[in-house]
Amino acid sequence: MRRVPGYWHADPTRSSVWAVVSALGIPQRLDSALETLGSIAQLLGEVIRSFRYQRPSWAEFVRQLYFVGVKSQSVVITTGAATGMVLCAQTYFQFHKVRLDTATGAVVSVGMASELGPVLAGLMLTARVGASMAAELGTMRVTEQIDALRTLATHPVDHLVVPRLLALTVAAPLLTGEAVLTGIIASYLVGVKLLGIEGAYYLAYVDRYTSFGDISIGLVKAVLFGATIALICCYKGLTCPDGAEGVGRATTEAVVAASITVLVSNFFLTLLLTRLMGWN
Amino acid sequence: MAIIEVRDVWKSFRGSPVLKGVSLSIEAGEAVVIIGRSGGGKSVLLKHLVALLQPDRGEVRIQGTDLCRLDERALLAVRRNFGMLFQGAALFDSLNVFENVGFVLLREKRHTLGEVRRLVAEALDRVELPGIEDQKPSELSGGMRKRVGLARAIVYKPSILLYDEPTTGLDPIAGARIDGVIRRIWQQLGVTSVAVTHDMASARRISNRMLMLHNGVIHADGSTRDILGSDDPLIHEFVNGIAPDLPATSVPTP
Repeated sequence: MRRVPGYWHADPTRSSVWAVVSALGIPQRLDSALETLGSIAQLLGEVIRSFRYQRPSWAEFVRQLYFVGVKSQSVVITTGAATGMVLCAQTYFQFHKVRLDTATGAVVSVGMASELGPVLAGLMLTARVGASMAAELGTMRVTEQIDALRTLATHPVDHLVVPRLLALTVAAPLLTGEAVLTGIIASYLVGVKLLGIEGAYYLAYVDRYTSFGDISIGLVKAVLFGATIALICCYKGLTCPDGAEGVGRATTEAVVAASITVLVSNFFLTLLLTRLMGWN
Repeated sequence: MAIIEVRDVWKSFRGSPVLKGVSLSIEAGEAVVIIGRSGGGKSVLLKHLVALLQPDRGEVRIQGTDLCRLDERALLAVRRNFGMLFQGAALFDSLNVFENVGFVLLREKRHTLGEVRRLVAEALDRVELPGIEDQKPSELSGGMRKRVGLARAIVYKPSILLYDEPTTGLDPIAGARIDGVIRRIWQQLGVTSVAVTHDMASARRISNRMLMLHNGVIHADGSTRDILGSDDPLIHEFVNGIAPDLPATSVPTP
């Protein structure tokens, strides 16, 4: 009996849709994206193995923590303050129409603590620290410094990735806390001193509606963002193509990939942390 | 037993074969130079000896251990037997000379800081660069960087030293100085020395055995004297820098 294939039985590689998909290079890009994801997972596995074989270099960790944490403060504080101010102003303009001026502080503090604080700190860390990590490791790769490390009986993950990942994972929640606090203080100044909201009510609403859950969600996100940014940027640096162009491309790809990961994963983390863990 | 043994090693990059079944054996204490045309796979072969590259086929044995069967962490212990001087020295930019040279000793923490300082000073003396511990690699000339790279390679007393184009990019005097240091280290420390170069003046000075890599295979293997005096046309042209398709004339004086 001759079988008449339904469309789901047909060879997909012979359809016109496949031709278009193929011409756009989607299978190759998907393949490449999956390969990259797999390699980053392997790098994470190697980081975990590293703790079994080698104690982290605390001197290098402190050096990285200084670079990541202390040196990033001005950027993160400025971003947090600017965002808090503009969020306060916009919220006030809309809430004022329905005479809910005093709720402005609650919206700003909840938004900053659980969403904007970790995301903006993550993006700033990607731009300032992640780019630097990718460029530094990329330059080390093209100048054979990573091969030199290997011949000096040192695993590049132990010496380069672990201290950076630890530093970023520790610094990200601290910087996020700083950004959130600065944002709330800046919004208070704008709301109370500039827009005329009653100060006592403003603070009361902030206190009443900002829960421990909101702050916890923000800090947990920041820890995950810090680790993710470090992993992606170190991976891009360690696998950088040859030459100055290669270092440039690796740095750009690291910043783009880490920024998109922060933004997209933020949505899923919000759902996961608020719904599944029942913090709100 | 040979300290280094390479058996039928094949390696391709993006489908283009570079090594096509290389086999060689090096005894402990030999000073071997691998010569060959630029881009002929000499550095690729050298990197296989320390497992910075893995062959597509074949095996590389160091003191009887097949490197291809070891993962990156197991290889670290094997690499402790090696010191390597890279083409561009590959010093760590963020560290000063002391931290670069004493890198392995500081990481292993088997010595006190005072002992590490003494060992680093000794290694720098051997390469004729005493008292530069506090300088950064960016403050050094090309020749000095190579000698610091050499000090870093010998400070933990490895049994095999590998040199990737040790004189490339140096003026003839700086090159001769590096060669002198390499020869003296080989004589004084009794290490096995393997270098790749296309600089024949350097190759003469630092070897007692030469291998010629051509078209991805070992074309010739013999004592330095035999290779330099060979009447094989390919070796003769390479050793004497003769390009058969170009006239052997100098630029006319205006």
